[in-house]
Amino acid sequence: MITVEGLTVTFGAVHALRDVSLRAETGKITAVLGANGAGKTTLLRTISGLVAPQSGTVSLDDRLLTRQKPEEIARLGVGHVPEGRGVIAEFTVEENLRLGAIVAKVPLADGLAQQYEAFPVLGQRRKQHAAKLSGGERQMLAMARALIARPSVLLLDEPSLGLAPLVTAQLMSIVAELCASRDLTVVLVEQNASSALRIAHHAVVLNVGRVVADAPAPQVAADERLRQYYLGMVE
Amino acid sequence: MDSFLTSRIVTDILNGLTNGAIYGLVALSLVLVWRATRVLNFAQGAMPMFATYLGMGLLSYHWPYWVCVGVCLVAAFAIGGVTERVLVRPLYGKPEINPIVVMVGYLIILEAFAAAIWSTTPRSLPAPFSPIDWRLAGQPVGLSPFSLFEVVTALVVMGAIVTLFRFTRLGLQLRASALAPEVSRLLGVRVGRMLTLGWMLSTAVGAVTAILVASNFFTGLTPQLMDGIFAFGFIAAAVGGLDSPVGAVTSGIALGVILQFVGDYLNSNAIILVALVILIVSLMVRPSGLLTRSAARRV
Repeated sequence: MITVEGLTVTFGAVHALRDVSLRAETGKITAVLGANGAGKTTLLRTISGLVAPQSGTVSLDDRLLTRQKPEEIARLGVGHVPEGRGVIAEFTVEENLRLGAIVAKVPLADGLAQQYEAFPVLGQRRKQHAAKLSGGERQMLAMARALIARPSVLLLDEPSLGLAPLVTAQLMSIVAELCASRDLTVVLVEQNASSALRIAHHAVVLNVGRVVADAPAPQVAADERLRQYYLGMVE
Repeated sequence: MDSFLTSRIVTDILNGLTNGAIYGLVALSLVLVWRATRVLNFAQGAMPMFATYLGMGLLSYHWPYWVCVGVCLVAAFAIGGVTERVLVRPLYGKPEINPIVVMVGYLIILEAFAAAIWSTTPRSLPAPFSPIDWRLAGQPVGLSPFSLFEVVTALVVMGAIVTLFRFTRLGLQLRASALAPEVSRLLGVRVGRMLTLGWMLSTAVGAVTAILVASNFFTGLTPQLMDGIFAFGFIAAAVGGLDSPVGAVTSGIALGVILQFVGDYLNSNAIILVALVILIVSLMVRPSGLLTRSAARRV
């Protein structure tokens, strides 16, 4: 479980996050929604230690993560798939996965076999450079690379960005399946609210750095005002 | 056959390979630091020189030769690591000129300190193997046990570095830290340590080179020991591509052979001139280096 309390982040004079509190339950998908510049990515980057908050805390279960280095937070079991995927293009598919397995406690061969089973396309292309992969394949690689370390928390930043609707739907169902089968805590940041709400259990809506809604996903999906003003879901 | 092996051409090739192996090693150490931290280390010759003084100085206290070599390597690791932590770390993310200025300053300071402590008089180091050329039918071959040792050492060091980078977990982390530091940290790689390790490795490769150079009877160990060699190693790295260890080594060896022929057949004063022409032409034709795959970089 990830608990965020009173998080405020500023970049110079700009408030990226103002007094944000939320909770992502174990075994559940928590969607973080909102328009461009709402602070979604900053929230994830603060959880994983890339951004230092002005005030407020982030904890994993009972352990305080605030002010720890990103590499140490990763070693505690927080997997972060960054926006734009962060796949290392110069590495082969397998090298990317080996890198993800650096902190894994299971043997490398088992981890690789597991990911190739979950994402067969990666197995077929294991010796190819990641630069050669399509957008959807890269997203799968980025997810597999985070999962091979067996994290307890998975932070996904805009996984649907630039993907075709069909691929997005496929990815979302993989996320839902993983969350259920591995008891993962998933924080899913999305601009594409409708596809995220389809699989999320809970949803938090951010607007210019503030939480404007924090409710079960169906409730957010049904809220006409939220849909119109913050989620851009106009029928 | 004998006369061919002792001919002028073969002798030049063998001598060129020996020199080229040294240039290749210097180029390799430059590439290691460049890839890890995007710093062009102008003190790449001076740092190992200092380590060599520290280790080889113990010869005066009758320490065994190979133990002194070990001390040189340990000293090089330490100097490389401390330099990265103290001097280089504050420069990350700053304009590219900053590290250049700092490292040139560092070069001058190291050489001045070495001269103050150990004086500028060359110290002769015992060569671990005979530097006298083998002979065939009374003619020298252009290859001595020591020059063979130089070439073999260079190949072993290069092989070890390539193996480390390509086939080990540590090498994977070193490469990842250089290519994508932020992503690496998100995957739990301790990037800071990897960068320090890159500098340590590079300085140790430099120390191996410096010992080989200083063991040459005609050079001896001086504070300016690596200045000339650095220039050629730098040219080799720039020609081969600062991102490519294999390219740096290959062009180091090629440069050694070419310059040997220039010195023998043309004029030994033309060596530097030809080296600079090679550098300029290759920068004009392939600015990113002959063997780099990466796209053009902002200059």
